[in-house]
Amino acid sequence: MTSNQAAAPLATPLAKPATSWVTTGIFIAVLFALPYLLPVVLPELEGIITLKANFMIFQFTLVIIYAIAILGLNIVTGYSGQISLGHGAFYAIGAYTAAVLMDKLDVPYWATVPVSGALCMVVGFLFGLPALRLTGHYLALATFALALAVPQLLKYKHIEWLTGGVQGIVILKPDAPFGIKFMNADQWLYYFCLFVACIMFWLAMNLIRGRFGRAMIAIRDHPIAAEAMGVNNAMVKSMAFGISAAYTGVAGALGAIAIAFVAPDSFTVFLSISFLVGLVIGGLASISGAIFGAIFIQFVPNIADSISKAAPWAIYGMFLIAAVYVMPTGAAGLVRRLRG
Amino acid sequence: MLISRRVMIASVATAAAAHALPAMAQKKYDTGASDKEIVFGHTGPYSGPASAYGTIGKAIQAYVAKVNDDGGVNGRKLKMITYDDGYSPPKMVEMVRRLVEQDEVLFLFNTLGTPTNTAIHKYVNAKKVPHLFVATGATKWGDPKNFPWTMGWQPNYQTEGKIYAQYILDNKPDAKIGILYQNDDYGKDYLHGFEEGLGEKGRKLIVSKLSYEVTDPTIDSQIVSLKGSGADTFFNITTPKFAAQAIRKSADIEWKPLHFLNNVSASVGSVLTPAGLDKSVGIITALYAKDPTDPQWANDKGYQDWLAWMNKYYPEGDKKDTFNVFGYNVAYTLVAALKQAGDNLTRENVMKQAASLKNLEVPMLLPGIKVSTSATDFYPIEQEQLAKFNGKVFELFGKVYGN
Amino acid sequence: MEAFLHQIFSGLAAGGIYASVALALVMIYTATHHINFAQGEMAMFATYIGWALIEQVGLPYWVAFFLTIAIAFVAGFTIERIVLRPLADKPVLSIIIAFIGLLVIFNALAGFFFSYTIKAFPSPFPTSPPFGNKFLSWHDLGTVGITVMVLLLLFGFFRFTPLGLAMRAAAFNPESARLVGIRVGLMLALGWGLAASIGGIAGMLVAHVVYLDPNMMSGILLYGFASALLGGIDNPGGAVVGGFIVGVAENLLGAYVIGTELKLSVALVLIIGVLLVRPAGLFGRRLVTRV
Repeated sequence: MTSNQAAAPLATPLAKPATSWVTTGIFIAVLFALPYLLPVVLPELEGIITLKANFMIFQFTLVIIYAIAILGLNIVTGYSGQISLGHGAFYAIGAYTAAVLMDKLDVPYWATVPVSGALCMVVGFLFGLPALRLTGHYLALATFALALAVPQLLKYKHIEWLTGGVQGIVILKPDAPFGIKFMNADQWLYYFCLFVACIMFWLAMNLIRGRFGRAMIAIRDHPIAAEAMGVNNAMVKSMAFGISAAYTGVAGALGAIAIAFVAPDSFTVFLSISFLVGLVIGGLASISGAIFGAIFIQFVPNIADSISKAAPWAIYGMFLIAAVYVMPTGAAGLVRRLRG
Repeated sequence: MLISRRVMIASVATAAAAHALPAMAQKKYDTGASDKEIVFGHTGPYSGPASAYGTIGKAIQAYVAKVNDDGGVNGRKLKMITYDDGYSPPKMVEMVRRLVEQDEVLFLFNTLGTPTNTAIHKYVNAKKVPHLFVATGATKWGDPKNFPWTMGWQPNYQTEGKIYAQYILDNKPDAKIGILYQNDDYGKDYLHGFEEGLGEKGRKLIVSKLSYEVTDPTIDSQIVSLKGSGADTFFNITTPKFAAQAIRKSADIEWKPLHFLNNVSASVGSVLTPAGLDKSVGIITALYAKDPTDPQWANDKGYQDWLAWMNKYYPEGDKKDTFNVFGYNVAYTLVAALKQAGDNLTRENVMKQAASLKNLEVPMLLPGIKVSTSATDFYPIEQEQLAKFNGKVFELFGKVYGN
Repeated sequence: MEAFLHQIFSGLAAGGIYASVALALVMIYTATHHINFAQGEMAMFATYIGWALIEQVGLPYWVAFFLTIAIAFVAGFTIERIVLRPLADKPVLSIIIAFIGLLVIFNALAGFFFSYTIKAFPSPFPTSPPFGNKFLSWHDLGTVGITVMVLLLLFGFFRFTPLGLAMRAAAFNPESARLVGIRVGLMLALGWGLAASIGGIAGMLVAHVVYLDPNMMSGILLYGFASALLGGIDNPGGAVVGGFIVGVAENLLGAYVIGTELKLSVALVLIIGVLLVRPAGLFGRRLVTRV
């Protein structure tokens, strides 16, 4: 370990590519092989298709979905510097878009994902135009209000015919296509989500390294200077919010397909807070941070539950405080520091 | 078919044992059951917006402890695995899959909530895992034709709503009805049953219909509006906290309607006492279980057993809380079904036995109210009796409704 | 007409609740420049302590009331020292996560120690209708009275006492404050203690109306948050007025305009609309950025 040097002052980490292409490649390869590696790593799961392995694959599918959502939040909060407590709303809109399209119009599941993304982008942009004139606590309130309002709107009686009201919508879980026999529905869904995630992460990397990304970071670090240099702050901020919403919407659509059910109760304010927790614990302004964050919000509540049945959330809360204490720049920041 | 290796070995082993000992040939097991134990799964809202119901899961666990101390069911210990679902459908899906696929439970028991159970409804039926006595009063849990692996337990909300409607039509045909309901599946189910019970004509009696959200701090404004609407009859579809607020507020603003309170909040100890017993006089509700705070059961054997069990196995639980009665009763029903299943502990037989309970008497249900199921009847409790609060207790009156 | 007056007054009663919570938020903001998301849960927990002192220890109401305030003060002070002090130089979002951590901890502990069954919290005020009117109860009036009293005390404290001035200075500009000899760390901890005390007062007043349970504050905190921002997060008087505006507006909207289903959503949209026009709130001080 070469982490003995005095830690440099920890400003918000910059958007420097932290992982080399080789590491990224290996990481993706491992993810793709995961359904087949699991039985090898855990010998008791021997045999490729076992129930236990299926459950784990399902959990990892959720991790991938959350990672996309957190990546979306990262674009607006980490890179663009706007706090959002309302991304659960976009997750909900994405999920409902997918569910309604599949339920009412028989659209194939894979086609609902881009539609959800596009719709959320528009909604996010339109919400951002006025709301992003607010900053700090005021923006936090505005986005929090959004997270609270969307589940109530979803059960509003005049759109019940569309959303199913309080009952929600049950959808069919897709099977592997082309009659593929060697893959069950869970494995197929895992690869489908992984495929979408790879595209989304690749797009995000390009976005952040490009002109738009630099404009976002400039606004975050010095809004007045950015404006003076000719960046259209309002436009860039709203666009960032729209793109971010699109990511979360895509995640929502995948989430709906994986769970095969949507209802207003699935998208409480707590979901938005979980995304924020995942973002900060994973690492602000870090692409890989989204994955660490997703792992945290997926598995740590279960760990807390297994430590104390009596008050698992007290344990979870302590984990949260300990995490920001030990790794103020998130897991991604910690990894970076350990590698010197 | 997806069969894990352990199950295959287990069944091979039992087959071998069956060869050696012909006397044991009757024993049949599915995953989760063995000579020693029966493993079953449960989820409950130990956290989140519905955490008041979390005590049901703890009560069931306490009952399981008692059953095991008494020697188990047909010599097998019960092992209950319970997880927190936070009343969130996605979390529920994850936890139920964990129970079925990772913990390999024999069956699922008393999972709570309508949206949460809806999320796993298809899954458990596709996997053919018994999904027994779910803790929700929606009507869809009694549909053996389409969902032969899912079964409810408590009287469903719609039936109860119909009972109140019937009572109003019989006794106060010119009522002006005001309704307050929680804006979710539970509230809408009651509302639906009530309106259906009133019928086309009776529905005109409703003069005001207001909702509230679980996140609302108070419902004072709604009560004021209901009074202003001129209603003289009030159907109160609220959970305990809001029920107590509604009772107190209507007394404070001197609105004295004929007050129907849904069974969900019909607890003397945890709703009427905080609201004020003098303010609760005259409230009508439909009951199927004994209220633990009602002195008329003080010498009742069922109540005394319940009290002894609470003291020994769940001392930290609230003895005023009707949910602890609920947990006791539902767990009692489960044990009866498992006893009936004998040594044939396959998923199919567990489901079959749960669907052939005949006039089972459960100690903390009201006298005369029995649990009955059949292959076509997946509604275990279908009877309720009206009761009026007299300032101290709910006095039962009239006939037992339902069949 | 009578119903309309009833709606206004029950809105004012609710507004009194929001105002008292908003005041606690303003307090912590003035002292630390953070908005504490755990404020509501801390207040709820303090209220449980008050409940236990009254119902289980058997203390008279006012003794328990002031004892709870003292306990809350010590607890708030300690939390700042143990949990937040080490995070002082960390990014804002890390601190927000710590707040969320505190929120879930207090919520879970309250459920664990006191169960989730609702509890009645006594009121020190008479139950008879005051002056023969039927619109407001003595408790409603008492809530408003105590809130205004706390407000005046705070106002005087921050404006006229050296300690209050030092606390404001510490929050406003820690560097300069340190240079003039103010112990900034101590001031922050004191601010937390005061905010926790005010939260405890709010909790005890609220609990009589909405009943005490571990989720008691989750809904109210949002209203308090909205009230504080509407009135101006750095202006205690504004926050109290904001509370009453939110309470009345929400009631009237729900009863006469849009119905109960969407009243919260619409009320929030209106608040945000106001904030877009007046970004510092109705009574807040506008900050001009210097380049």
